[in-house]
Amino acid sequence: MRLAIVAVTLLLAAGSAAGTEHSVTLPDDHVYGTLTPGPGAEVTRNRCAVCHSTDYIVMQPGGDARQWQGVVTKMIKVFGAPIDDDEARTIVEYLGSAYGPPK
Amino acid sequence: MECVPRRKFLTTMAGIGAFIATGRRQAADAQSGDPILAGRPLVRYPEKADLILLTSRPPQLETPMRYFDRAITPNDAFFVRYHVFPVPTRVDLATWRLNVTGLVDRRLELSLDELKTGFPAVRLTAALQCAGNSRGRFSPRVLGGQWGDGAMGNAEWVGARLKDVLTKAGLKPSAVQVTFDGLDRPAFPSVPDFVKSLDVARVMEDPDVIVAYEMNGAPLPMLNGFPARLIVPGWYATYWVKNLSEISVVDHAFEKFWMKPGYRIPDTPCGCVAPGTAPTRTVPITRMTVRSFIATPASGANVAVRRPIALKGIAFDGGYGIRHVQISDDAGMTWRRTQLGPDLGRYAFREWSATWSAPRPGQHRLLVRAFNRIGESQDEEPLWNPAGYLRNVIEHIDVQAG
Repeated sequence: MRLAIVAVTLLLAAGSAAGTEHSVTLPDDHVYGTLTPGPGAEVTRNRCAVCHSTDYIVMQPGGDARQWQGVVTKMIKVFGAPIDDDEARTIVEYLGSAYGPPK
Repeated sequence: MECVPRRKFLTTMAGIGAFIATGRRQAADAQSGDPILAGRPLVRYPEKADLILLTSRPPQLETPMRYFDRAITPNDAFFVRYHVFPVPTRVDLATWRLNVTGLVDRRLELSLDELKTGFPAVRLTAALQCAGNSRGRFSPRVLGGQWGDGAMGNAEWVGARLKDVLTKAGLKPSAVQVTFDGLDRPAFPSVPDFVKSLDVARVMEDPDVIVAYEMNGAPLPMLNGFPARLIVPGWYATYWVKNLSEISVVDHAFEKFWMKPGYRIPDTPCGCVAPGTAPTRTVPITRMTVRSFIATPASGANVAVRRPIALKGIAFDGGYGIRHVQISDDAGMTWRRTQLGPDLGRYAFREWSATWSAPRPGQHRLLVRAFNRIGESQDEEPLWNPAGYLRNVIEHIDVQAG
């Protein structure tokens, strides 16, 4: 096992030494995506940000609980988001309130 | 919860803590007059100029309109759109291979050098545009990436013809479609990997579909697909798979998530339905609609009365080429032709320019529309579909004369 790690390390070192490696470092999630405070904001952030930054939420047109229920269901059913039923209810209520229909 | 391996989940959660802990606030003042771009920050990503943030993770960045006063979009200003996270951030060319597998006589594992030297190099200028470019302007609004108009760009690409690569591998008679996968792999196995497909006929009959390793005379930036991406001229960018690593030949119509139900339009002649309604049948989105933009001056600019100013912008379509571009300052009652820039090919942005002066003080609305070589143009009324695709309404800027 250790030998394998050494071998891999050497290989990586050889790659960069030969100038064949190209790498970049991405910035952290931008504060633009910070969720509006409110009941359920924390669980929403914790669950949704597992897979994507929360600017995905912030940028959307506002909508009622029905809109957000559709979104949360899609995330669970299509993308396999690790969200249980209680959490899903909390998230939908939060989004429908914090990102509700335009007034 | 069971779908997530626990250790991976914890690692990811720790990573998110770090992600959320920091961040910079910076105003995109230049966009403050635009309801879709207002408040969106300008951000600096590696190998990139300041671009307008759509999302951080996966990164989605759009190009400010001012870059569209010229035909070629600089690499550092080129928009970025990924679907799943993590995205590739490190590629070692000593180990990177373009694998060609599936229903082929010979599997290929091509190094970048082999891709460059083993096939004739093709040079091609072609525009790409996100299928959802300008989605934020749909009315009624639709869910999805709320792009302004900056999810588009035009570059000179150099690469190997896909048909040459596939010919070297040898297609078996049962081949129906070819699938394309990049290095971006979702952290969770339940998230559909971004894989796209094209018909065998589409790629074998079109010598302009290439695997590009050069963009405007330089290697591709990491976030635009280093070391190689697929170029499908005339078609929306969803097919232009970045950080390409796997080409596979299959004997069926490939219909995983990003082909179905993703990236589909109503099966109607316009690809549209009555606003707010659902289509009864859908087909994959393919060819781009005709579009044109005024990049200079910026909308909202102040101009002097009766003093000529230069108008500049670009126009493009789905591969027939632009025949002419017109502007109007009287709400489309009359139109006049603009001067076209050099023809860089039927798939490229066509630069246009015109001189205009404000006849009197006050606000003036300037419209632009283009026609392609088969007579397709743009409408006064925007089309609508539930996914927010194909937008090509006549665009305008407002200027204030005083």
